[in-house]
Amino acid sequence: MRAKLIIYFGRTNFKSNVCLLNIFLYLLSSVRNIVAAQINHMPLSSIYDFYSTVKEEKVILSFKSIVTADLLKSTLEIIEIKLKEIEPSKKIRKKVFHLLVECLQNLYHHTEKFDFKQQNLSAENSHSSILIVYKNETAYFIKTGNYIHNNKLEGLKNELLSLNNMNDSELRNYYIETLNDGKRNKQGTAGLGMIDLRRKSGNKLAFQFKPITEDISFFCLKVTIG
Amino acid sequence: MKDLKLEGSAKTPSVLFLAREGKLELKGRSIPENSIEFYKPLLDWLDVYRTDPQEQTIVDMKLEYFNTSSSKCILDLFKKLEDINRGNTQINVNWFFEEDDEDMEEAGEDYQAIINLPFTMIEVDEI
Repeated sequence: MRAKLIIYFGRTNFKSNVCLLNIFLYLLSSVRNIVAAQINHMPLSSIYDFYSTVKEEKVILSFKSIVTADLLKSTLEIIEIKLKEIEPSKKIRKKVFHLLVECLQNLYHHTEKFDFKQQNLSAENSHSSILIVYKNETAYFIKTGNYIHNNKLEGLKNELLSLNNMNDSELRNYYIETLNDGKRNKQGTAGLGMIDLRRKSGNKLAFQFKPITEDISFFCLKVTIG
Repeated sequence: MKDLKLEGSAKTPSVLFLAREGKLELKGRSIPENSIEFYKPLLDWLDVYRTDPQEQTIVDMKLEYFNTSSSKCILDLFKKLEDINRGNTQINVNWFFEEDDEDMEEAGEDYQAIINLPFTMIEVDEI
């Protein structure tokens, strides 16, 4: 079932991706659950199955694409409109939106570039990430997936395990300490993203590393809000 | 000195830094991908303001929310204000947050824990 949620952008350049995203979202905007899709290789008969899956899973938004500043902007505009339609509580809308910003900007800043041939990956896939936002009766969920170098895996894993073991006041102290440590990179991100996701969601971060080659893995993250 | 006025956008807050009034305001959301680029002119403006500040400077922070990339830049802004406060101006920070928005209330308290400036927390219906 899950595999059907992957949205294909196929062999298109970025501008057409954004364009297609907007067109599909426009076309599908009358249905309760929305998904952006350019389905290249799916048989026609599977379109209804795909629609049903998206509907049953209460998928609010999903894409597989290279995360660019324009895509990020479009995605946030769309999710804001969708949340206004489906979520009466402003407090929850703000929280979901805020955490989605962090997830998307994590993908934007940290998706790595690989030597495709060496890694035996196609160029179109290796820079891409996946995002799925969905809900059930009690909570919202944001799932992301992106490739990472294995040399970063241990550090990230330890960071996430440590964050998951912290209570509220430990998380606050760690956030303040990191905020005030004076470290910056070029974009201004500075190791606060995961702390913020863990702290503001109020839930443990679920994660998994799927080995792809000797050097790279696919990092899957699930944030639960509610 | 010139005032600094920037319109708000989908990713950046509106900025109103009025030198003669001693009034500084940030309003809206701050979620740019590159926050350093956005905040640099604000920090530069403060460097000029510190040379001849008003006796009293009011800082109104009316942020709906901000990303973690902005949070370090906002801290830089407060640190600069903290420095200016040691000179010949009294700085007061008003931290606005929407009713029930515990995240933004906590964010204000986080800065209060780091920055030595008087903060007033103000709960409003809508920013």
